Amino acid sequence: MAVRFYQVGSFAVGNRLANRSDRTVQSDAERANSLTSGHRACQGCGEALGARYALDAAMRATGGQMVAVNATGCLEVFSTPYPETSWQLAWFHSLFGNAPAVATGVAAALRVKGRGDTRVIGQAGDGGTVDIGFGCLSGMFERNDDVLFICYDNEAYMNTGVQRSGATPPAARTATTEAVGANPGNPFGQGKNMPELAMAHGIPYVATATVADLHDLEDKVTRAMEFRGARYIHILVTCPLGWGSAPSDTVRVARLATQTGLFPVFEAEHGEVVRSSPIRRPAPVEDYLRLQTRYAHLFDGQGNPARPDVIAHLQAMADRNIAKYGLIEEEVSSS
Amino acid sequence: MRFHGRGGQGAVTAADLLALAAFEEGRYAQSFPSFGSERMGAPVVAYCRLGEREIRTREPVVAPDCLIVIDPTLVHQVDLFAGLGPDGYVLVNSTRTLHELGLGSLADRFRPERLLTVPATEVAQRQIGRPLPNAALLGSFAALTAQVTIEAVSSAIRERFNRNPSVAERNVAAAAELFQQARQLMTANGRAVLSAPPD
Amino acid sequence: MLRQIEGSRAVAETVALCRPEVVCAYPISPQTHIIEALGELVKTGELTPCEFINVESEFAAMSVAIGASAAGARAFTATASQGLLFMMEAVYNASGLGFPIVMTLANRAVGAPINIWNDHSDAMAARDAGWVQLFAETVQEAADLHIQAFRLAEEVSVPVMVCMDGFILTHATERVDLPTQEQVDAFLPPYVPRQVLDPADPYSIGSMVGPEAFEEVRYLAHARQLTALGRIGELGAEFAEAFGRDSGGLVHPYRSADADVVVVAMGSVLGTIKDVIDTQRAAGHRIGALGITSFRPFPIDAVRNALKGARRVVVVEKAISVGFGGVLSTDVAMTLSGLPVPVATVVAGLGGRTITKTSLGDVFEAALGDQLAPLTFLDLNRGLVERELERMALHRRSGPTAENMLRDLGVTGSRIG
Repeated sequence: MAVRFYQVGSFAVGNRLANRSDRTVQSDAERANSLTSGHRACQGCGEALGARYALDAAMRATGGQMVAVNATGCLEVFSTPYPETSWQLAWFHSLFGNAPAVATGVAAALRVKGRGDTRVIGQAGDGGTVDIGFGCLSGMFERNDDVLFICYDNEAYMNTGVQRSGATPPAARTATTEAVGANPGNPFGQGKNMPELAMAHGIPYVATATVADLHDLEDKVTRAMEFRGARYIHILVTCPLGWGSAPSDTVRVARLATQTGLFPVFEAEHGEVVRSSPIRRPAPVEDYLRLQTRYAHLFDGQGNPARPDVIAHLQAMADRNIAKYGLIEEEVSSS
Repeated sequence: MRFHGRGGQGAVTAADLLALAAFEEGRYAQSFPSFGSERMGAPVVAYCRLGEREIRTREPVVAPDCLIVIDPTLVHQVDLFAGLGPDGYVLVNSTRTLHELGLGSLADRFRPERLLTVPATEVAQRQIGRPLPNAALLGSFAALTAQVTIEAVSSAIRERFNRNPSVAERNVAAAAELFQQARQLMTANGRAVLSAPPD
Repeated sequence: MLRQIEGSRAVAETVALCRPEVVCAYPISPQTHIIEALGELVKTGELTPCEFINVESEFAAMSVAIGASAAGARAFTATASQGLLFMMEAVYNASGLGFPIVMTLANRAVGAPINIWNDHSDAMAARDAGWVQLFAETVQEAADLHIQAFRLAEEVSVPVMVCMDGFILTHATERVDLPTQEQVDAFLPPYVPRQVLDPADPYSIGSMVGPEAFEEVRYLAHARQLTALGRIGELGAEFAEAFGRDSGGLVHPYRSADADVVVVAMGSVLGTIKDVIDTQRAAGHRIGALGITSFRPFPIDAVRNALKGARRVVVVEKAISVGFGGVLSTDVAMTLSGLPVPVATVVAGLGGRTITKTSLGDVFEAALGDQLAPLTFLDLNRGLVERELERMALHRRSGPTAENMLRDLGVTGSRIG
């Protein structure tokens, strides 16, 4: 009988009770610690968590034979505060918008030198992926270059002070989409669905994940490394500073993003969705929004909806995701 | 030399081939186009210089020794004859005579035995199967000016089209035919060149 | 081996002999024939092992080259004009990190207005970026400089751009002596990186550097260029020894030793200038030229020594520092500071404007007769300029300047030069 353990709240459960082979990479004392301690990330930073999870899983999957190319952004800045670095793998930072192209170059060099067994990861925040890096990313996808590109999506330009990006969700407050006026926060009808855009390129593997489900994230990175060619993983990473959530709520907020349906978790191969993670404990979007002050303008001082119209609009988006990706299994009608 | 044509007629290739032919005879040569975007039908000018020493200047050919006109419709649209010296050669790709082209007055400005029209497009159509007169014209250039031999022209054509030997040979045949035709026209009386249509 | 070939082809075949491992390409006039030829050589297997990557922009081209170089591969790309500007962030990144990338810059004017023809404004836009900039006078030199460029770049850890005049050199056929693979291999050993991304010896490259050390990092970049300055001359001599011809080096004087007037220039215009110099020498004038091959690093000592005996210097250049004057001439003037040698600027050839022997001759004669103004725009059509200024003075909505002038000029396709 297979026993599955689920993570609940913000506490991981089950690793000690699981078979060794079912345990996470993070639970292993021998993990690579690609992003080791001493970096300068904020307390509760989802990106630091996501990067450590993803890269340690990749290091395990590749036997340590890999190189990481990092775009400018929070991750790059807090991980390499002069004169220190917290990276324990071969790591390269060039510019903000060129991480995918640089990764292409690294992969080409390794290939031409007969070292194609060394794998390449490109990584960036949402700005470096969806906005300024988009041209290069699309080019890398289109050529099917052998690179796994990971986006740590905290939904705004956090490093520079929380400005809106093409990944900022509707109604969210940022420094350039203030919560003022008739339509407070980021406008509806904007934004790029990056996972879908990646799928549109027909690349071998696309997946979404969050820092709330460690097993799922590690499995996806591991799985991605089984493919050759262009691969993309989009990881939702909570930003306590930019989202205005409690540092201790990082995992919880990320989980609510998935359980409300606002952030669908799925995998796709060559442009077709092949698997999606069902929502086990559906939650209304309010549960998610309430935990973040970037949505505070949608509620009044007592926590009641002040903008039920906006909340309803967000709920409709979530419901559409649920329907589109089949995130809630139809209940068998009783009677 | 100055070549006048329209985009797609091979004026640039003609200049390059001429340079290559001269090179194969041990001379220095320089060829270059009057550069423009790649567009079919627009007037194109290409230049070629031949010499016994390294050619250093990069300016366009302002005072040509020979004008090669690949497209006769340019004759009255562009100031083709600007800078041509009194001893200059003129070679026009046309089935008509210079007189019929409205260029009869050229005989007064220049030396009539150095002016020639040849039906290069028709010969090319027949020999190559396409109306690309550039290589063929070089055959008559060789006859008219004796700046290069027909052998060198043929060798240059073969070198340039070495990926497609059958195309090369057909161009060589077209050049050879026009070489002969030009010679025949030239051995006739100088004035006859202007008035007698080619057979 | 002697060949009569197009400049772009000569460069492509020579670059191929340099055994680049990653070539990334984005097309822009007038560099297209270079990358097309390299793509073909890779596809046929003549150039191997080599990864040829068609990228989606010039910014990507330089970025791919950076990644490839960081992973230890010999990387090459080519661009011009707008493309150079589009990749400018990456251009600074490459030199700042010390990657020995070699790039052909097929010099072309930078818009607006858009112009595909030759001048040096693109190279000038990058002159402070920390790249070595070498200017080729002929197709032969353009080819040869690439061999020296890879060697210099990898020895000194600085990227090098070889500048060759767009169309004038890229699209001209000329007699070229192409070396053999053996000759190039003997001159250019395999690339041994100073820094490389290697899982076996992992470290971080590209960290932020704060005020504590930024000045020192930049000083070292400057010092690297000064090291290059020393090596360029030596490599030119070594090249002459190995290949039997004088290509590269810092400067090329021409009949300048006893000259009253020395004309300074870079690139292909030197050929035209030399013809004029010979004519004027034959007429009894003491005039000579100085070709500058290494523009960055600027060979201050070599230029000063070559020009200090002149009565007057004329700099013929294909660029303008808008609102100021010449670019090269400003560098030359600074080099001569303290010496009683006036420097006149002649801006010529902008946007591919023909530079004729006649016009140059007039300018040189004026210089010989001490009649040359400090700043001259060669063959400037004053009427055209004045008409537009009148229009602008009369009407607020005078319309786009370039279009107005083109309309004034009428049909341009009928002109020869």
